[in-house]
Amino acid sequence: MIDEPVYDSARRPSPVVEELLEAARYRDLIVQFVRRDIVTRYKRSVLGVLWTMLSPLGMMVVLTIVFSQLFKTTEAYPVYLLSGLIVWTFFAQSTIAAMRYFIWGGSLIRRVYIPKTLFAISAVGAGLVNLLLSMVPLILVMLAIGYTPRMPVLFLPVSIALLAAFALGVGLLFSAIAAYFPDVVEMYEIALMAWMYLTPIFYPEEIIPESFSWWLFNLNPMFHLVRLFRAPIYFGVWPAPERLAAAAVAALGALVIGWIVFTRKADQFAYRI
Amino acid sequence: MHTASEPHPAPGREGECQTSIRLEQVSVRYRVAHERISSLKEYAVRALQRRVNYSDLWALNKVDLEVRRGEVFGIVGRNGAGKSTLLKVVARVLRPMGGRVWVRGHVAPLLELGAAFHPELTGRENVFLSGTLLGFSRREMAGKFQRIVDFAELGDFIDAPLRTYSSGMTMRLGFAVATDAKPDVLIIDEILAVGDEAFQRKCTARIEEFRRQGATILLVTHNRQLTQSLCQRAMWLDHGTVRAIGPAAEVAAAYCEATNAG
Repeated sequence: MIDEPVYDSARRPSPVVEELLEAARYRDLIVQFVRRDIVTRYKRSVLGVLWTMLSPLGMMVVLTIVFSQLFKTTEAYPVYLLSGLIVWTFFAQSTIAAMRYFIWGGSLIRRVYIPKTLFAISAVGAGLVNLLLSMVPLILVMLAIGYTPRMPVLFLPVSIALLAAFALGVGLLFSAIAAYFPDVVEMYEIALMAWMYLTPIFYPEEIIPESFSWWLFNLNPMFHLVRLFRAPIYFGVWPAPERLAAAAVAALGALVIGWIVFTRKADQFAYRI
Repeated sequence: MHTASEPHPAPGREGECQTSIRLEQVSVRYRVAHERISSLKEYAVRALQRRVNYSDLWALNKVDLEVRRGEVFGIVGRNGAGKSTLLKVVARVLRPMGGRVWVRGHVAPLLELGAAFHPELTGRENVFLSGTLLGFSRREMAGKFQRIVDFAELGDFIDAPLRTYSSGMTMRLGFAVATDAKPDVLIIDEILAVGDEAFQRKCTARIEEFRRQGATILLVTHNRQLTQSLCQRAMWLDHGTVRAIGPAAEVAAAYCEATNAG
């Protein structure tokens, strides 16, 4: 009875820190949310989890048919394409889901207290599960065309972790805005489309004219993150330190900014959404 | 008051320990836009034209309140008087804009039952989801699971998807999850009308049991009878301010008189 928790609205740590502690305390709820996302997505479909693996494969087949002649010089085009596509799909899915979960969660956070970052964290968590599942077709395609992975694939967990950090940061930032203006979700989806075309997902980096490429690539965090994922698996090399540094700065910077902006506004959300 | 299993609080800290909820000068303001602006485009246009008009609504205005441990405290008032806002402030859902809220112990909000239920998930999955939402760990929920199913009288239905449940079954499950463990503070907002009469008796019995075990209960209801029979003290809220606070019978009577007169 002595350890009873005491809630005192006047005495609290900084919201940035408080949210971190609370999110850790509610970690079981994150697991529940991720589980619910995965289970409800597949529960009433015949193919179930197979969808996650089939949809990038289908996309790959179509794009390979369309573009492999155009990008003849790109060696093992399906692997190049698929490795970029997986990264992009993860990023797009998790950030959009972060906003949608959060708006959906509006009815919850008006009823019970829960740490509000949980929605974005769970969205990224569900995205990670899907990302790992879609690694299966990538590996199958690699084996099918006789493309053997080399040692640097061991670097992939770091690439994925930075990618997840970036997605979480962006998801939190836009969720904070979406709390005030729900139409931001639609705008973001449109912007995402343009962003994808500006990132070398299905075309080789070389086709961008040199006068643009420096700006386009260095100012685009997703360029670095796609690169960081592709280097070990497609090029079979360890990422260069300066490229790793660029990706890490972009990812951790986005996470810190997103977290601070979101948590400082978090008290308002129960009033707004 | 205390049963054998519930030792007295440490002597010396008696006064402090007896307080369960304390509100000091608590204020909550809702900002109501005259026209609902829900898109960024619209907002940008209006902001340029300087046409974003707000009016402030004080849902709670400098409310002071102290509830002792083990007390059943009623809150009466008309719709929009700030009753639900007060409960939300105690449940930590809303952070007050002014003043201080102090609450000791685990708070169980019975605001709306089954708020987090998902129709596609089974009853079992929903129990774990809602339990963790109330702040329990998965392991704790595993220990509570069978008791919850028994109390909700669901039997084999627990593994069927929630969309196949009747609304009564859903509410029973919601009540069972929220009240399985004795909370230190139980918050009840007009929900004593759950299920059929037999189940209602069970709910009332369970609340009565919590009360005997020393839980503090905050109760919002329009039912005067209920206020007088269950609560020791009560508060009458009117437009966010305290009109009266004192013994439940007196406050309920004063409120009734004012309502009937006006």
